[in-house]
Amino acid sequence: MSQFAINMIFVVGSFALYIAIAIWARAGSTKEFYVAGGGVHPVMNGMATAADWMSAASFISMAGLISVGGYANSTYLMGWTGGYVLLAMLLAPYLRKFGKFTVPDFIGDRFYSSGARLVAVACLIIASVTYVIGQMTGAGVAFSRFLEVSSDMGLIIAAVVVFMYAVLGGMKGITYTQVAQYVVLIVAYTIPAVFISLQLTDTLLPPVGLFSEHTQSGVPLLQKLDEVVRELGFVDYTADVDNKLNMVLFTLSLMIGTAGLPHVIIRFFTVPKVADARWSAGWALVFIAILYLTAPAVASMARLNLMTTIYPAGPTADAIQYTERPDWIKNWEKTGLIKFEDLNGDGRIQLYNHTPQFAEKAAERGWKGNELTVNNDILVLANPEIANLPGWVVGLIAAGGLAAALSTAAGLLLAISSAVSHDLIKGSINPNISEKGELRAARISMAVAIVVATYLGMNPPGFAAQTVALAFGIAAASIFPALMMGIFSKRINSKGAICGMLAGLISTTVYIFLFLGWFFIPGTASYENIPANWFFGISPLSFGAVGAMINFTVAFAVSSVTEKPPVHIQDLVESVRFPRGAGTAVDH
Amino acid sequence: MADDKHNAQAYWQANLRLIIISLVIWTVVSYGFGILLRPLLAGIEVGGTDLGFWFAQQGSILTYIALIFFYAWRMNKLDKEYGVDEE
Repeated sequence: MSQFAINMIFVVGSFALYIAIAIWARAGSTKEFYVAGGGVHPVMNGMATAADWMSAASFISMAGLISVGGYANSTYLMGWTGGYVLLAMLLAPYLRKFGKFTVPDFIGDRFYSSGARLVAVACLIIASVTYVIGQMTGAGVAFSRFLEVSSDMGLIIAAVVVFMYAVLGGMKGITYTQVAQYVVLIVAYTIPAVFISLQLTDTLLPPVGLFSEHTQSGVPLLQKLDEVVRELGFVDYTADVDNKLNMVLFTLSLMIGTAGLPHVIIRFFTVPKVADARWSAGWALVFIAILYLTAPAVASMARLNLMTTIYPAGPTADAIQYTERPDWIKNWEKTGLIKFEDLNGDGRIQLYNHTPQFAEKAAERGWKGNELTVNNDILVLANPEIANLPGWVVGLIAAGGLAAALSTAAGLLLAISSAVSHDLIKGSINPNISEKGELRAARISMAVAIVVATYLGMNPPGFAAQTVALAFGIAAASIFPALMMGIFSKRINSKGAICGMLAGLISTTVYIFLFLGWFFIPGTASYENIPANWFFGISPLSFGAVGAMINFTVAFAVSSVTEKPPVHIQDLVESVRFPRGAGTAVDH
Repeated sequence: MADDKHNAQAYWQANLRLIIISLVIWTVVSYGFGILLRPLLAGIEVGGTDLGFWFAQQGSILTYIALIFFYAWRMNKLDKEYGVDEE
């Protein structure tokens, strides 16, 4: 059977499963549409949260980033998991007790202001729309490589599938498909990793293999990798970083951003009790950790595998002849994600770090520059081919990558559509809308959101790559502090909260625009985006944490010179702090 | 009512104390051992590299999981002790 046919079976099979679940789990009420009826088991919700959270970026890009950056990119590992500690202790149980449907719901009620609610809706929509574009383009890439259709065609297929289960089932359909998608993506991610770990270190579990002996050379894997990359002019894989302030702030931004992303928060509205919300955050992290503990192993092993492929006799010997390159390089060259240029005309593929420090050595060996460019994103997708794994593993990776992209896209689309139908339409424009009318409005907003996301995925604005920074920055600087202050302080009033959110939002977006271009229009950046230009060495990606501090400070300052919140609001804060009565709070 | 209020106050203080302890540990393993204190841990070897690298790529994540489950277990118990749990 051809590889194409195998991929087709895996992808079509998984899609059929998602659609079957959608038909089985149709939503009959707004409560089912927004929060799956509020009866999802905490372990199941943990699994759905893991799929909701782990996007194309986690599945496809993260291992590649770590592979290239080594220790320095551990920020992604800590940052994208540490936020769950904040969620479990600072947000999820109290918001579950509050017992409504959306994040702006809480902000609007707690700060007794439709202004605050609208600011929250705006932050939510900007953060979620930018995030969803990345998912749609990710799905398009996976499709075009594995199913040999154009990426536009792939995107439309993906959109139709999401449309079917998200519009029909709402949160209920999304929850059960996310559970299925989690299983698909985690199996797809771990199987090739186990094979590679066995090949390189004779260890079954990749996270253990990472710190084990490299079978072939008899030295520890990471030490071997350090030696190989050093010989080729790269920085040591395990090397420490100089700019620790930026590393701390970047990690913190990712953590706060994770805790502040609305599509993650609303997952905790679906469990039956406050106690379940706490357990559920733990289970979510367990399921996430299975991938996040595997990723750094995949990263280092794939890097070593790549180097061994190019330098079969070791980095000090000659590189491989271009004509003898393995099939996987040929396959990925077609997609343009691997490029070869024979700069010194010797017919061999020299892969090294062409820096001034390395120039002398390069000249000695007759090298005239790095000849192979490998896109970070292909690492996980090409992993099975690099390790010569059977065809069905490649098919599995295809289905896994799509599961990761689609599950996150569906969660984001639900967050967007519920903000529109529940917060904008029912909350502001037409408060007297009937239950049936609101459900219809929710479905229509979902459909519109999918069409917009598909359009943006096909015509990604030039800034697609930078948008994730914006999504995390906004979630960290505006949504997270507002929610946390709403729960932990009775003194923050509506003026303080609104000023704080706006200050956090504006300072963060302005800092990002300064370096990445105003409104991301190419060529309009005020400063070149290089470390020497960053204020205090803080990169635009790391600014969310600073924005959050600005938000907290402004909110406290403004609240302390203006009036106290009314008594019924102080009572509301008191009530979210205590679990008793959560069951009744749901039926409003 | 006064008793209730006192009780509620004590429950909330216990929760805050637990959160602070957990977040101190959270900070120490990630920002401490994983990033800022890594040079101090450089002497402790783990599989071809040092303990700081292990904390940055595995240790912190494992600690987070332990922290959340500990917090959930402890809080669900406190809910009952203070009589604020959901029946």
